[in-house]
Amino acid sequence: MAQKIDQDVGRFKQIIRGRVKKELRKFISSGELIGKKGKDLVSIPIPRIDIPHFVYGDREKGGVGKGDGDVGNGVQPGEGDAQAGNAPGEHILEVDITFEELAELLGEELELPRIEPKGVKDLDTKNIKYTGMSSAGPESLRHFKRTYRKALRRQIISGTYDPKCPVIIPIHEDRVYRTWKEIKDPKSRALIVYMMDVSGSMGDEQKEIVRLECFWIDTWIRSQYEGLDVKYIIHDAVAREVDKDTFFHTRESGGTIISSAYKLFLKIVEENYDVSEWNIYPFHFSDGDNWSGNDTEECLKLLKTDILPISNVFCYGQVESEYGSGQFLKDLEERFKDDELLLTSKIPNRDEIVNSIKTFLGKGK
Amino acid sequence: MKKQSSNKSRSSKYQTHLPADLEKVRKRIEGYAKDFGLDFFDVIYEVLDWNQINEVASYGGFPNRYPHWRFGMEYEQLAKSYSYGLSKIYEMVINNDPCFAYLLYSNSMVDQKLVMAHVYAHCDFFKNNLYFAHTNRKMMDEMANHKTRIMRYIDEHGQDKVESFIDSCLAIENLIDYHAPAIKRTRAPGGDIGARRPVRKLRADRQYMDKYINPSKFMDEQQEQIDKEVQMEKQFPEHPQKDVLLFLLEYSPLDNWERDILSIIREEAYYFAPQGQTKIMNEGWASYWHSKIMTQKVLTDAEIIDYADHHSGTVAMGPTRINPYKIGLELMRDIEERWNTGRFGKEYDECDNMVEKAHWDKKLGLGREKIFEIRRLYNDIMFIDEFLTPEFCAKHNLFIYAYNVSSEQYEVASREFEKIKKQFLFQLTNFGQPIINVVDGNFRNRGELLIKHTHEGVDLKYSYACETLKMLYQIWRRPVTIETMYDGVPKYIHCEGEEVKEERV
Repeated sequence: MAQKIDQDVGRFKQIIRGRVKKELRKFISSGELIGKKGKDLVSIPIPRIDIPHFVYGDREKGGVGKGDGDVGNGVQPGEGDAQAGNAPGEHILEVDITFEELAELLGEELELPRIEPKGVKDLDTKNIKYTGMSSAGPESLRHFKRTYRKALRRQIISGTYDPKCPVIIPIHEDRVYRTWKEIKDPKSRALIVYMMDVSGSMGDEQKEIVRLECFWIDTWIRSQYEGLDVKYIIHDAVAREVDKDTFFHTRESGGTIISSAYKLFLKIVEENYDVSEWNIYPFHFSDGDNWSGNDTEECLKLLKTDILPISNVFCYGQVESEYGSGQFLKDLEERFKDDELLLTSKIPNRDEIVNSIKTFLGKGK
Repeated sequence: MKKQSSNKSRSSKYQTHLPADLEKVRKRIEGYAKDFGLDFFDVIYEVLDWNQINEVASYGGFPNRYPHWRFGMEYEQLAKSYSYGLSKIYEMVINNDPCFAYLLYSNSMVDQKLVMAHVYAHCDFFKNNLYFAHTNRKMMDEMANHKTRIMRYIDEHGQDKVESFIDSCLAIENLIDYHAPAIKRTRAPGGDIGARRPVRKLRADRQYMDKYINPSKFMDEQQEQIDKEVQMEKQFPEHPQKDVLLFLLEYSPLDNWERDILSIIREEAYYFAPQGQTKIMNEGWASYWHSKIMTQKVLTDAEIIDYADHHSGTVAMGPTRINPYKIGLELMRDIEERWNTGRFGKEYDECDNMVEKAHWDKKLGLGREKIFEIRRLYNDIMFIDEFLTPEFCAKHNLFIYAYNVSSEQYEVASREFEKIKKQFLFQLTNFGQPIINVVDGNFRNRGELLIKHTHEGVDLKYSYACETLKMLYQIWRRPVTIETMYDGVPKYIHCEGEEVKEERV
């Protein structure tokens, strides 16, 4: 439902994200609410902008309190204070900002649709969730407080309650039990393969852009799938599978043969994964400068006949380097103009990362 | 007491939004409230879902406010806090004639009853308390007008420009004269007090020579000169002015639209001020009456447990959180008890016999009358100053706490009555705001602005002070300086545009 407040909320979010009114950014404080999730305390981030005022400093802060304790006993101020400050010792908390929340933020920010996994996978009974109350159930699930209240209410109404001797005896009808539901989580699995061109033309800044983008893509896809496998491939004239750390930090030199990476990707999938069970996301980042037209032709063929049929989407991101011609992107776009499964984007600088992610993940495939 | 008649007379004029079952309850509760002697404006209830109630609350209770990001910020916080189950807005009531009050759709009937009873007492307080006397009782309309005006300026000058100016005004919205409605500070213009400084004459031994030695034309010129000098020496403003916003309105070089926005911010600040000035009393008063009305009249047997649960929730206090509902309620009850039994005045104070004091009862029965008088004439400072007693502090286990640097924690610092009271009053003085006056609008004879913080033992937060000065500069458009103290040393903090520097006085 549209509300009047929406435009103010939108304006506030724009300021927080630094899109407008940069001069207010310095007043942003990261407030938080302390919530409870089961037994754990969670911190719910609430960014605030404090318009400065002439106010008293914190140093000599104190106040009036109530309760037991002798002079010198410690007390814990600030509990239940929504605007808890950031001074140390103000309150204890266990911070629990999860990737889930991060992904949620990302999804919200970019208006990403939830990914629809291909095929219905085996249903996995995962959790039970306490959802309601019932008058019958096992004693171990008896809700003590509600039972007590019900008994108290019955005794008061029936006149058997004696304030001088407030003994409450629940009878059978007073008992209240928790009931639960089984939550069924469909379980589907995904494979992400990042391929990066590490030829001489890719500079450090280009790799940093790729790193940032991969992080966010990873975060989002992780939030959508239960089991996630990630593979990293780097290539110049030859391709090899590497671990994450190497992926982000290697700087090779030499020529570029893109098809080598695509072939390695196909080999990995073929050897390890059943394509009917897995959702496969190949991402390829390059500066678009392939060695030869022949190899490009080979890549296009591989994509058409082998890669696209097994992938959810194939994403190609092109960073801009001083040396790259960017020809590969043009070739891809020409050949796969109307293919929904092949997504391309240009990432000339860091600011474009956001748009690129949106292009890749915005389809919800 | 007038019964029945008042009950039905005016009540149905506005009630269009309440479902029948709530309307029935409302009529009953309104009747009880009147029977108890509460005197209020008509109250219009609206039932809102949680989205709507959070929205209205973000706007400070007024559905029609000008657009500003801070309302969005409040909404974000309320909505998040509600959806994580951390807080819920029970009631909201607006000082207006007629009074507006909002009920949360999902509340149970016993909650709705409690809220209604609470609201009628708030409304009685708004109508009768002296500190609300100056407030605009058509504020609903006025706020909507403010919105229209600001919307027009946004159309003319663009949102960024208008919003930034509002931000600057909000930075100094606390620099108003909280006592202004009670004190007349401005002197009537024209009345020039202080003797005129005469021209010094040359000596004339013979009187007839005087008009030659001191020719009258020359003397008049001299006198004029001196008068001018005196005028020049005069301070501007003549006396320190606490209503900084008013001073800025009158003397800062603003465009008309800016001046209008500043006046809007000032008007709203004055409107909201008494709610801060009477928080403890107002909540105490409302809690006193909701518990009276609920327990004596309205509750059914089946509701009593839920009521007790919720009532104790509203008046719960943490060890370092003074809950105005609780303190206010207990003080009201304490006062009623003391004036019923006559535990006040010289005779009681001077009595040394503790046994006698403990059983003191003169059967005066003045309690109810006294609390009605208090709700009419007092604000929080006076209320605490006069009615907080050592017995009360002991009974409620009050203490003061402070930060202990060596153990790096907050600790119970004292349980002495005098200290507790002092801390209480300090927190309430000027409503927790530093006292700041305009002292010179022509500082250093260069049209700069000098404001002075009256230091009372606690330094201003330095980073905030610097930023606020920058905001103030946006309005005064000339360098601005605040005189204050840091670590016991008097300092000027001086701001020219983006640059802030510190000087010793």
